[in-house]
Amino acid sequence: MGKVLALKGLSKRFGSVQANEAIDLDLNKGEVLALLGENGSGKTTLMNMLFGHYLPDTGSIDVADRQGSLQPLTLGHPQISLTKGIGMVHQHFTLAENLNALDNIVLGTEPLISFKRNTGSALKKLEKIMHETGLFAPLDVSVGKLSVGERQRIEILKALYRDVRILVLDEPTAVLTPQEADDLFDNINTMAKSGLSVIFISHKLREVLSFSQRIVVLRQGKKVGELVTNKTNESEIAHLMVGGGVKSAERETCTPGKAVLQLNQVSITGRSKRDSLFDQSLEARAHEILGIAGVSGNGQAALASLIAGLEVPENGSILIDSSEIEKPTPKKMIGAGVGRIPEDRHHEGIIGTMNLADNLIIEKLDDQEIQNFGILKRSKIKTNAAHLCESYDVRGPGVDAEARLFSGGNIQKMILARVFEQNPKLILANQPTRGLDMGASAEVRRRLLDARKNGAAILLISEDLDEVLALSDRILVMHDGNLIPAETRDRAQIGLLMAGTAA
Amino acid sequence: MRIEPRSKVSKTLIISVPILSSFAALLIAAIPISFAGANILQAYQEMFFGVFGSVFSFSEMLTRATPLIFTGLAAALAFRARLWNIGAEGQLYLGALLSVVVGTGYFDLPPLLLTPVIILCGAMAGAVGMAVPTFLKVRFGADEVVTTLLLNFVILIFIQMMLEGALKDPMGLGWPQSSPIVEEAMLPKLLPRMRVHSGLILAIVCAVFVHFMLSRTVWGFRVRAVGENAVAAKYAGIPVHRSLFMVAIFSGALAGLAGVSEVAGLKGYLTADLSPGFGYTGIVVAMLAGLSPLGVVLAAIFIASVFVGADSMSRAMGVSSYLADLVVALSLLSVLVGGFATRFRIVWSKRQPGDNG
Repeated sequence: MGKVLALKGLSKRFGSVQANEAIDLDLNKGEVLALLGENGSGKTTLMNMLFGHYLPDTGSIDVADRQGSLQPLTLGHPQISLTKGIGMVHQHFTLAENLNALDNIVLGTEPLISFKRNTGSALKKLEKIMHETGLFAPLDVSVGKLSVGERQRIEILKALYRDVRILVLDEPTAVLTPQEADDLFDNINTMAKSGLSVIFISHKLREVLSFSQRIVVLRQGKKVGELVTNKTNESEIAHLMVGGGVKSAERETCTPGKAVLQLNQVSITGRSKRDSLFDQSLEARAHEILGIAGVSGNGQAALASLIAGLEVPENGSILIDSSEIEKPTPKKMIGAGVGRIPEDRHHEGIIGTMNLADNLIIEKLDDQEIQNFGILKRSKIKTNAAHLCESYDVRGPGVDAEARLFSGGNIQKMILARVFEQNPKLILANQPTRGLDMGASAEVRRRLLDARKNGAAILLISEDLDEVLALSDRILVMHDGNLIPAETRDRAQIGLLMAGTAA
Repeated sequence: MRIEPRSKVSKTLIISVPILSSFAALLIAAIPISFAGANILQAYQEMFFGVFGSVFSFSEMLTRATPLIFTGLAAALAFRARLWNIGAEGQLYLGALLSVVVGTGYFDLPPLLLTPVIILCGAMAGAVGMAVPTFLKVRFGADEVVTTLLLNFVILIFIQMMLEGALKDPMGLGWPQSSPIVEEAMLPKLLPRMRVHSGLILAIVCAVFVHFMLSRTVWGFRVRAVGENAVAAKYAGIPVHRSLFMVAIFSGALAGLAGVSEVAGLKGYLTADLSPGFGYTGIVVAMLAGLSPLGVVLAAIFIASVFVGADSMSRAMGVSSYLADLVVALSLLSVLVGGFATRFRIVWSKRQPGDNG
């Protein structure tokens, strides 16, 4: 099989950060290559250079033309990368929700001004692609009404419609159920057999091992390993990714105590079924981690905003320590001893343009510790921040620096510091390790387990089934606004519950 | 050529950009001035001496700067909370209206008490003028840009109605103007035989006060938090609506004070042409100051200098005084471009051979 792509000595520097350093990478025709690395290891930067979003500082890229001979690629122009047959499916979809799938797919390929749209030939071409690859999606329904899996198939069809020969998928399974993910990889393999070359970015070792042929591992911007998938194993890869062994958190046995959080037949009607909760009850007890598994967009957001105090339930009641919280607000929930780790830490968790010290006190502005008659005690706030940074190992440009300048992992540690410092009785951890590297994820899990040991009740909402399985004492699966207790720890069984197909 | 965000913005850049922008504005303004047939160097010299040439001209500039500090603060404070108060002009007139109502003898108070009452009433009138659109925004989602802007015209027409009716000065020879505020209640002048008045002191005190409130108090913390990221502020338990309301009240009050200071400090009576757009120019002042309350004082002085200087230049050189408006507009545009330059940098890179896109 011939080479279709050769990255040669690509380097990119952002300010003081060397995002990529002299990376070489080859891709063969019909190959599925996994690009693996922790967050911040330079995977996305590398792919963005390939796709022309970034201009490399040094290095060059060769791409095979239609005849299969390698030609140098003009760097820094997405349009050129596209015409050379390179397509990218981003982690966050780039579809117009008000248009139907067909319009989304042909968008940008039609002439700007024409008297008649030639949808017939587009349809014919798409049907051919769908039959060849097994990727089926309804084409005449507006994208806003489709499921995440369907949208992703449309994104891939969009790339294939443009005759890509190299397809880059950025964390394609982040939003899929295990079954959907397996289906996706089956389709990818079919496409690869017919000559498409695929690079997929991931940090899930399991799927990388099952579905790729070759694995390239990046760490701190450098290529640290290139492995043939069937000659390696999980621990070797993990070792390469973090540059040393990762110790997983020890989970001690705890006896659950009294109920800290009780939801009694609570309902919230959101804009769609997916933002709603229907008549749901649950109980989280002290010394217990209650895991909520499920594909995102099945009501987790409603549940999380309820417990964060952002939503007032239409009926039903919320009890914390057996006393009812009426008309909950964020302030009341904080006052009742609820610590909240938000899902979107950059948007909900911090105020990026305020400094780190300010972000650490934002939930306790009424506290006499940091203010006197409404006047902030600035030196106290600063020493408090310095102290918290040390005990929670927040690293970055300092307590006076704007919070947005910190890395995702350090922002999460900052939120942990803010939450755990108050010794909460109940902790809402909504996707607490999403997008974090292994080191930071391990730290988050260790803190959650510590809090469990110290008597907190923890509600863990996570898309990462492995994480839910590893941490939880009990598991509820969320589907279409309903919570279903999982009596089993079997991945496949829980996967079926997530898809809503099991009784 | 491509544009990349800067990873770090230095202090020198933040300070030097507005200054450079101002110079750039003057540089660009040289083109129309030369078209108007004037010698550019002489024109700018006249402009400079028109402001700094004598104590009188300098005091005139400060007189002009006073309402701009108030309206600039009103805009800066509101914009900090992402509350787009475009209605400072109307709030200014409301402040002026109430100070005339209170100050023309309806209340029989000793002068020592009357001045603070006028100030307070004017501020309250402005506050109400901003509280109403903010209520509509919070309660019904009405866009405050539209409501505050349109209210300006409603208020101005209301003022004209009052000046033709209930408030018309019977001794005014038929002119649409109010009765004068009683002499004793006027804000004291700062210098003999000059127009600059103690409204300037009040304005600077307000700037320092707003600066202190924003940077040192829990109240200011909440306002900044709501403005920078309302979602996170709400998540953290900050009462977003209440904070917006408080900002609205303070912002409106500051704009109202501009009206008080113009009526009780300078004119003595109310006319419908009290403000040549001070409320709108206040937005320019606030933007030029980067929404910093202390910066507002400097920006107001800069803009007042341009206005007063260009006025005197146009008289001396025989060119249109609209050039002053032009310089002000150019400086706002330059500052916006400058703000872009602080956040982004331009990287020049050669296109590579074989490039056909």
